[in-house]
Amino acid sequence: MRGGEPPEAQRSQKTGGRHPVKAVRVLVLGGYGLNCDHETAYAFELAGASPCRVHINSLINGSVRLDAFQILVLIGGFSWGDDHGAGVIQAVRLKTQIGDKILEFVDQGNLVLGICNGFQTLANLGLLPGLDGDYEKRSVALTFNDCGNFRDQWVNLKTDTASPCIFTRGIDQLELPVRHGEGKLYGAKPTIERLLDTHQAALRYVLPNGEPARNRFPFNPNGSVHDIAGICDPTGRIFGLMPHPEAYNHWTNHPDWTRNREAAKRQGKPPPDADITPGLRMLQNAVNFIRESE
Amino acid sequence: MPSRLEITLKDDLIDAEGEGIRQKAENYFGIHLARVRTIQIITIDADLSVEQLEAVQREIFTNPVTQISSFDPLSIKFDWTIWVGYRPGVRDNPGSTAVEAMEDVLGVKFGPDEAVYTSKRYCIEGQGVGADDLAKLAGELLANDVIQQWKIVAARDWDPAVGIGYIIPKVKLDHTPTVTTIPVDSDRSLQRVSDERYLALNPNDIPTIRAYFLDPQVRNARAQVGLSDPTDVELEYISQARSDHCNHNTFRGLFRYREVESGHFEVVDDLFKTCIETPTLALKARKPWVISVLWDNAGAGRFDQDHYYVITGETHNSPSNMEAYGGAITGIVGVYRDPLGTGKGSRLVMGSYGYCVGPRDYAGELKPHLHPRRLLDGVIEGVRDGGNKSGIPTTFGQVFFHPAYLGKCLVFVTAVGIMPAQVKGEPAEQKHTSPGDLVIMCGGRVGKDGIHGVTAASETFSEHTPAGHVQIGDPYTQKKMHDFLLEARDEGLIRFITDNGGGGLSSSVGESARFSNGCAIQLEKVPLKYEGLDQWEIWVSESQERMTVAVHPEDQALFFELSQKHAVESTVIGRYTDSGRLHITYNDQTCAYIDLDLLQSRFPQWEFEAHWLSPEGRGLCEPVLQAPDDYGRLLKDLLARPNICSSEWIIRQYDHEVQGSSVIKPLIGAERDVNSDAAVIRPVLHSPRGLAFAQALLPSYSAIDAYHMTSCTIDEALRRLVAVGADLEHIGGVDNFCWPNIQYHPADNPDGKFKAAQLVRACWALRDTCQAYEIPLLSGKDSMYVDGHLPGRYGERHKVSALATLQFSAISAIGDTTRCVTMDAKIPGDLVYVLGATRNELGGSEYYAHLGYVGLNVPQVRPEQFRTVYRALSQAIEQGCVASAHGIYRGGLGVHLAMVAMGGNLGMHIELGRVPVDGVDRNDRLLFSESAGRFIVTIDPAKQSIFEDILQGTNYACIGTVTAAPAVVISGLNHQTLIAVDAGELKRAWKKTFGDLI
Repeated sequence: MRGGEPPEAQRSQKTGGRHPVKAVRVLVLGGYGLNCDHETAYAFELAGASPCRVHINSLINGSVRLDAFQILVLIGGFSWGDDHGAGVIQAVRLKTQIGDKILEFVDQGNLVLGICNGFQTLANLGLLPGLDGDYEKRSVALTFNDCGNFRDQWVNLKTDTASPCIFTRGIDQLELPVRHGEGKLYGAKPTIERLLDTHQAALRYVLPNGEPARNRFPFNPNGSVHDIAGICDPTGRIFGLMPHPEAYNHWTNHPDWTRNREAAKRQGKPPPDADITPGLRMLQNAVNFIRESE
Repeated sequence: MPSRLEITLKDDLIDAEGEGIRQKAENYFGIHLARVRTIQIITIDADLSVEQLEAVQREIFTNPVTQISSFDPLSIKFDWTIWVGYRPGVRDNPGSTAVEAMEDVLGVKFGPDEAVYTSKRYCIEGQGVGADDLAKLAGELLANDVIQQWKIVAARDWDPAVGIGYIIPKVKLDHTPTVTTIPVDSDRSLQRVSDERYLALNPNDIPTIRAYFLDPQVRNARAQVGLSDPTDVELEYISQARSDHCNHNTFRGLFRYREVESGHFEVVDDLFKTCIETPTLALKARKPWVISVLWDNAGAGRFDQDHYYVITGETHNSPSNMEAYGGAITGIVGVYRDPLGTGKGSRLVMGSYGYCVGPRDYAGELKPHLHPRRLLDGVIEGVRDGGNKSGIPTTFGQVFFHPAYLGKCLVFVTAVGIMPAQVKGEPAEQKHTSPGDLVIMCGGRVGKDGIHGVTAASETFSEHTPAGHVQIGDPYTQKKMHDFLLEARDEGLIRFITDNGGGGLSSSVGESARFSNGCAIQLEKVPLKYEGLDQWEIWVSESQERMTVAVHPEDQALFFELSQKHAVESTVIGRYTDSGRLHITYNDQTCAYIDLDLLQSRFPQWEFEAHWLSPEGRGLCEPVLQAPDDYGRLLKDLLARPNICSSEWIIRQYDHEVQGSSVIKPLIGAERDVNSDAAVIRPVLHSPRGLAFAQALLPSYSAIDAYHMTSCTIDEALRRLVAVGADLEHIGGVDNFCWPNIQYHPADNPDGKFKAAQLVRACWALRDTCQAYEIPLLSGKDSMYVDGHLPGRYGERHKVSALATLQFSAISAIGDTTRCVTMDAKIPGDLVYVLGATRNELGGSEYYAHLGYVGLNVPQVRPEQFRTVYRALSQAIEQGCVASAHGIYRGGLGVHLAMVAMGGNLGMHIELGRVPVDGVDRNDRLLFSESAGRFIVTIDPAKQSIFEDILQGTNYACIGTVTAAPAVVISGLNHQTLIAVDAGELKRAWKKTFGDLI
């Protein structure tokens, strides 16, 4: 190989002698009917991380080690066909096979993100909401949409700016797509009230003007209590949400992009979010958190 | 002793499934139920301790937040309870995943005789609901007779200690696999066997088959492997391979075409060759982007230097007509195996649907097997589960209602995939088998699924008889297999791959063995769902989710390692050879030994009489109709027509954004509720390039002339692509023909000759239009027997034949997706243009249909004229001077101006007098003619001169402006206001037809 240089050397040259940027390693867990692995890995790549798509069985049999990563992503899809409840069997498999390793991973200050089926899995594992540091107790559930059907639509979302959630930092309102049949967040009243008090209800469905959706369909697409779309654990390092940030990886993913482009063009401006989308900002927050904590 | 766990939602949670059933009972049958609650039942047929049972109850099957459960019957209140479970042998996916999860939690392994079965119990409350109502609910709503069994229990008969009992649908076949030899002493005796065994051998083929098996040389060779007369395995193989489905006998037939009035006569030899193959190969020679056509499971075009896309379309009409959900899910999951089995394997990136059904509110005298409303619901749900669970975005679709589809519905499913141009340095689109390669079957196991009628007819039905000839597609199993095979492909392990669809192993092995010129198969190695299948059943079973793969022996270990990692079952079932023969053994006994070239040459061509009567000759004429005066109401009523109105309820059930590649979604506009012209995706995420995809079907025009039906359908699909910014030099097509039977029979099919002539003319139009527009046919399929026999009021049966239907799919590679445009009006003050001339072409239109007419003047395509317009619009889009572009389709200019306005939630001022015309001088014709070749375009006034420069030499006009005030105001030829209606009001009319559906 002529003129070959190891990639690391090339990179430090590029950064002009400063410290090379350390790779943030993201494990995107796939297999068994999960299906958002490619775009989730791609979105993390755009967010500046080094993602790796890994089959659940490779993690279980030890050929890939969780401790080589800083961010674990449980992705969207239909794990085990979602038989017996969305994310139920994935949670069983993870808990019985590598439950201790996941707890260790969390313990060491790493990040866990669950998107859609991944959120359902985190809730079934008990990693969310993790009240009182109990990461094994199921206290919230994601159950069938009130509308009675699977639904694909974009939703308006508002973050709780007082939330400890790493992923929603610096984001106030955003739009993302939801695509699920079992996304209604439900829990006993005291549990939900605690989540609101502790600002763990990091993401909620709102009307386009930012007012609470107050369970109005289709703004709250599934009937989630208190319009909750995503929750984090008390540390803010574990986050689960029904909407798909990775599906907003390009400004042309937005349903209004041709309208926005035309409006911007008339004002001589570039289209909005053409540099980085709010979906990617969510992932970038995670990547930056790891970078800064090292 | 089996155990039975009942699980249900806590009482304060909405039971969405139960509520859905309550509503359907009301809507479908007028049965009023007060409440329906659903109980999931897990029946565990395994030896487990109480502790073990409680562990799985707690850890797997009961969500402490939302559910309650018990190993005793739950005491949910009911007046009636209906239990529904699978029949024996029907794939119970939740049952198998339950076993997986239980093995995980308990750290045990289930024995071969242990299993878990899932079922449901519905607790129904309702006053005055009778036993008849319950039977209807069970048999027609809750259960599907073909695959499910049920029990109905009234509250007074319920023993709370016993509950529903323990129902174990285990298959027990006390049957020793047997090969039967079939005598070929006469044509008649072979025909009789064919009829008895449902082989469906064509009478013309029988002498050829007999001659082969009576040939002394053949007999001599067969004697050496212990065979004499043909075995059932062999005849099944020949029957499958010679079927119209596999062989396109109709399209390859000889047509004696006669125009009855003029006496013009010609012999048309092989429509496939003359109208599809030859033109496509000629275009391939001129267009380097055409990569692979006419031989593989799907056709391939170039996406970019490093990737090819592949596309194919299928129908699944008869199975969906029988069992809507199962037929449709099997159809969509099945078509997704085609790209997976194209080249060395392609990743699926997109799917689409097309449904033709009877009117949803049909209230006539005929009694179709399923009412169109139920049928459509089932089909929608089947494609939903199949597509969503496969992780493939369903980005486009259409629905068409017409009473002609009461006899048989049409379910079109289309799949697009993408493959790397090279795999380990070898061309990815090429594949072949070589002597010595292993024949490997991957995916699901083989049962009696999809085996033709013979099973049902020859066996008595018992509670342990497997449900035959119906499949339920399983996207979960297939998704695992998809991921596995693509990883194996990238490792360079796949030499050849094809799917097991129609004909099962018989087709997939038979076809792949032609490359190496032979194979030796050991049938006993094929993994079965249950014992007791005859050899021929193993060979032709259509059990789903299977692929056949050729692998070099030295790659076997790595292939099986990956297979295990992905939890996919793979089995070596034989080797490819160069013996020239298909050699099948079962435990070392030969049960088939056939020369592979038998199928290639020696069979006679099918023949058809085709008689064409012109529309005038059939008595069609234009209606005598004076122009209306209430145009506002008319427009709203047209917008509300089922074939025009919003079908948002279907679209939103389909995940159209998975894979993160969505660029133009099926629903767009200010309120994201108006249909886009075409879908655009970015299948290679790091590339700005995209694929545009659209489909059209216009079967109403067949009532006048199938030639123009075909050319207009192609033109519409093409225009849809042009409207979003596709590249005119790169348009690929897929033709899916669905035709009634064209074989004339004086009593059974008296108009068969006319239907045959329609087919000939449609194929001519396909040839002419695709040549003119330079569209190679990347793929295509035909489904030739779209007829049904429906009972009427007195028990008489009516033959109902479908309209001659073509679904045409068009696909294009797009260089820069950020330049694409959508159809919604964007900014007030923008200028509204119409491109292309409006003609007096209302024959077959929605306007005429609305008033009860067919008419005569069917729209015609003028490709040379139209292409200049399409080129100009493409260029205008490319140069960024188009704010919105929308084709004018079904319903005409009036309907589609409304769509553009509704899309933007804006108004319009339009002067009809400025619309480019060719012989039209009436407002109603201007507004509702369906002339092809036209667009509505809105532009920034600042771009007017650039835009008009580009359009020089085409027929276009600026006809008005977009307004902020949301009224759509249209003035007529005499400058009086014809229509002044709010876009919101138009939208309400457009949405109300199916507006209460979610």
